[in-house]
Amino acid sequence: MHILVCIKQVPDTKIIKVNPKTNTLDRSSAPAILNPYDAHAVEEAVRLRKIYGGKVTVLSMGPPQARNAIRKCVEIGADEGILISDRRFAGADTLATSYALFKAVEKIQKTDGVDLILCGKHAIDGDTGQTGPGVARRLGIPPLTCVIRVEDVDVENRTLKVHRKVEEGYEVIASTLPSLLTVEKEINEVSWAPLPNMIRAARYEPSVWNVDDLDDVDIKQLGLKGSPTIVGKMWPPEKSKGAKMISGDPADQTVAVMKIFMKEQELFTKAGRKN
Amino acid sequence: MGDRFDVIVVGAGPAGTSCAYTAAKSGLNVLLIERGEYPGSKNVMGGILYRKQMEEIIPEFWKEAPLERPVVEQRFWFMDRESMVTSSYKGLEWGREPYNNFTVLRAKFDQWFASKAVEQGALLINETVVTECIVEDGRVVGVRTDRPDGDVYADVVVLADGVNSLLGKSLGFHKEWKPDEVALTVMEVMNLPKKTINERFNVEDNQGVSIEIFGDSTQGLLGTAFLYTNKDSLNIGVGTTLSGMIKKKLKPYHLLEYVKTHPMVKPYLEGGETAEYLAHLIPEGGYKSVPRLVGDGVVIVGDAAQFVNAIHREGSNMAMSSGKMAAEAIVRAKEIGDFTERTLDHYRKELYRSFVGKDLKKYKDVTHTFEDHPQYMADYIPMLNKAANKFFTVDGSPKKQKQSDIIKGFTKDKGKITVARDLIRAWKVMK
Repeated sequence: MHILVCIKQVPDTKIIKVNPKTNTLDRSSAPAILNPYDAHAVEEAVRLRKIYGGKVTVLSMGPPQARNAIRKCVEIGADEGILISDRRFAGADTLATSYALFKAVEKIQKTDGVDLILCGKHAIDGDTGQTGPGVARRLGIPPLTCVIRVEDVDVENRTLKVHRKVEEGYEVIASTLPSLLTVEKEINEVSWAPLPNMIRAARYEPSVWNVDDLDDVDIKQLGLKGSPTIVGKMWPPEKSKGAKMISGDPADQTVAVMKIFMKEQELFTKAGRKN
Repeated sequence: MGDRFDVIVVGAGPAGTSCAYTAAKSGLNVLLIERGEYPGSKNVMGGILYRKQMEEIIPEFWKEAPLERPVVEQRFWFMDRESMVTSSYKGLEWGREPYNNFTVLRAKFDQWFASKAVEQGALLINETVVTECIVEDGRVVGVRTDRPDGDVYADVVVLADGVNSLLGKSLGFHKEWKPDEVALTVMEVMNLPKKTINERFNVEDNQGVSIEIFGDSTQGLLGTAFLYTNKDSLNIGVGTTLSGMIKKKLKPYHLLEYVKTHPMVKPYLEGGETAEYLAHLIPEGGYKSVPRLVGDGVVIVGDAAQFVNAIHREGSNMAMSSGKMAAEAIVRAKEIGDFTERTLDHYRKELYRSFVGKDLKKYKDVTHTFEDHPQYMADYIPMLNKAANKFFTVDGSPKKQKQSDIIKGFTKDKGKITVARDLIRAWKVMK
């Protein structure tokens, strides 16, 4: 089984600073990391390879330094990595990005065939979650988002069964191969990479393709030109004030909570009775 | 059996990276293992990088390395509670090629330096802790890491694992350092606009200042505080021997807070925003604390080998030179295919012939002497301040009278003989 994982290098948004004047991300203030959701996607691909055999290939679009994110995937256990990198890809929104990735997947399909595509649920820098489904739609394969478990893959009959996270719990869906899955973090724990993987990753040079390496590309659909998204306004989210922790044995906690209710809601107080 | 390399270097600080760079450049197959998320993420120093030893590894590094400012002025403050006597040198020639030294931020610099070693062909692995050396028949043949399938082998293992050097200790090369063999340094990086720094320190954009602060900055303990200018931040820190802190029951962060709020220091930091807080041990045992440096298949470099000149706050340069010399000895050993202690001992001999060994030897008694005789920090710096105050205060008494009062002031409490003895002792250990 050939599993393709689409990954993205992102600034570490846990520590990134927001420029207070323009409200844009100051990318120099945070190191570039592998999108955490994508790490889980790679881990899942490696897990499936262990069961069903085959190969895990990683695909990314980005500047040359995104090779480091691909190396990180090799640490996790990916076999190969391909980076599509070209100035003509720059400035892409999710529509243009999914088009470029789609073209690269097409090329990979021609030589290797692709049985399953995995993506992270979303990238932590944009949080849109559109690129994965966009690639699936262009390929004409089913997109299954928010996957928390791959229950079974039947390589012979070309079907698979997955659990999708939904608001009330999860739903179990059967689909066909190839499908595109976007995964949640709870799908697995990213394992502590063995040393031989680390050494292989340090040595690894991913293949780098530019626009001309892809077939039948409509340049108008790439990069800034192919991106109809307009950013209207940006503002940092309001910081939550944080919760108050109540500790102690259950009785103490109940008393503490009741005290708050009584004070806030004016329950059992003179002021409250008047209402 | 895992992968095999010519050299495994443990630790991507200045010593380890210099060693990896030099060895890889000579064509050796090098694995550089770093425990941090990236080189520099766990490394701490006051912030002065010395041009000379760095240049011997990468000529004209200043053209591409992420440096902060070339230091054009070195100031020394001898500080009391409400006063200080200062001396300084400012030379604009230090602001031009080939420069003298630079301020750097280690998180950026070490990362860059390691990337240069990688360019030379060294393999860098981060987030991996070496837990022990693999020893066979008394020979170090590789290292064991905390990762699954974590054994890896090499002809020579270079221990550049920093001040604590648990690996050196586990090989029996040294014992646990005593509290008077290490200093504890705490520091903060404080963001401040470039323009404010330039005005406050009287410099241009590409000029930096280093200030070493003695006396009340350590509340009389053996140690110093420092204040260095980066591009748009300041490094403020203080370090004293661990034994001193224990004796005085001082908490390091209290001491740093004391320095930051000292009336002589505070105005320089006004409006600064703390961006990072760092703490680290510095090996300051000097010559007498240097451990065994060479064994069969193993050498020790940098802080792990106690290569620090506490008096001139030099350490990273000694680390770099030791790393380079170790690599050269390993290259030589590779040529003859012999990695025993006898061949690798070339490193030790070269090291003691170089400025590293010579400077360590020159100051071999300094730390211990000043540690045993706290009067230098605790008494003489306040006396110096009082003398200056007396001499420069215009109060109608004749200058000759002032001079004789000052000399009397110096000897009144201690007696002439004690003072003379103190002076001779200081001269002897420093000469």
